[in-house]
Amino acid sequence: MDRTLLDFWVGVFVAIGLAALFTLALKVSNADSFDQGKTYTVKASFNNIGGLKVRSPIKSAGVVVGRVSDIRFDNQTFEAVVDFRLSDKYQFPKDTSASIMTSGLLGEQYVALDAGGDSHNLKNGDTIRITQSAVVLENLISQFLYNKAADSPSQGNAGNAPNSGNAPAAGVKP
Amino acid sequence: MKPGNPFVRMGHATLEGISRLGTATRFLLQILWRSGTSWRRFHLIVREIYSSGVLSLIIIVVSGLFVGMVLGLQGYQTLRTYGSAESLGVLVALSLVRELGPVVAALLFASRAGSAITAEVGLMKTTEQLQAMEMMAVDPMARIIAPRFWGGVISMPLLAAIFSMTGIYGGYMIGVRLLGVDDGAFWSQMQSAVDLRDDVVNGIIKSVVFGFVITLIALFEGYDAVPTAEGISRATTRTVVTSSLAILALDFVLTAFMFKGA
Repeated sequence: MDRTLLDFWVGVFVAIGLAALFTLALKVSNADSFDQGKTYTVKASFNNIGGLKVRSPIKSAGVVVGRVSDIRFDNQTFEAVVDFRLSDKYQFPKDTSASIMTSGLLGEQYVALDAGGDSHNLKNGDTIRITQSAVVLENLISQFLYNKAADSPSQGNAGNAPNSGNAPAAGVKP
Repeated sequence: MKPGNPFVRMGHATLEGISRLGTATRFLLQILWRSGTSWRRFHLIVREIYSSGVLSLIIIVVSGLFVGMVLGLQGYQTLRTYGSAESLGVLVALSLVRELGPVVAALLFASRAGSAITAEVGLMKTTEQLQAMEMMAVDPMARIIAPRFWGGVISMPLLAAIFSMTGIYGGYMIGVRLLGVDDGAFWSQMQSAVDLRDDVVNGIIKSVVFGFVITLIALFEGYDAVPTAEGISRATTRTVVTSSLAILALDFVLTAFMFKGA
């Protein structure tokens, strides 16, 4: 076979192969933009992190703004300490609150950040004070059953019972 | 002690196996030691990339397309039961990039290119072409063996990537065009589930390892073949059988190391 023609076909082959590799890297996978860009780290403690894992997404208003970089257990407070690595593009006020949510009914868990109103922003190494733990389904159900049981004998004054009972369990934020 | 004694046979087989393994290791070291010449004369490697890579392209593309289309059909049937047909992209992409791409491409490569290498080198040995080269002070290791080795090692990851990509496209055609999975959900769920380092790069590492092992087995079997017509046919069969088993076993070991935590 002619050498030029051979070189041509090998060139075509290598080009197709490299194109397939680039497509796999760019179109099929999530080439993580946070690994390249500048980031800062803040931490927060939770009573219960549920199924949160390292590299779980951190979202604010549904937009991914960072990833969980580390999860430790604090032996003094018996709480889980979670490190958030946030992109420098996104700045949050100091009184931002962090809560652990589940995407969908059975989906993966993520951290939701709700921005506060403070004029100072979070800096590298800061701690997020207001946190809310993951909802444990069993606790929720047992609380509900407990309230039901408490309600049923006296139907007459049940008016304020659901409010006082459900508020800590569901943890609805104002 | 009679030669038919089962212990004698077992011992003989064990020693034979260990000795072949040792010879193969020395063979590999010799290839690596003499590859300098073949890299300097790069057109030798280009020629081998043509015969093992470019000529395997058709079978890789066609098989990749069909494997992807079958994954699309089967995955859709199962996922629809749980109302999550949009995850079809995740299923197709992860199974292709992590497992099926490297493994099936490697199996096809072993039977398409590996057997050809063994037959070629075996025939060269049988017709005493290798000895003739040595007589002319041309090193057959540098001129014949090393370029084929590097040609195979370079071609394999490219073929595996092409296999995965055509497979994903086949799954896309079946899932989105034929069965009506949402186009955006197909790609976006795939992108959020497939990780560049954990999935794509690990798949490429796998295919490089497979290319290394297949080419080495094929070259060694050809170089070590009994120089008769029957010897070549046996060596070719052994290449396909040994490298297929090696691919599957190595795939398990690599997967156990790569995905143990996730």
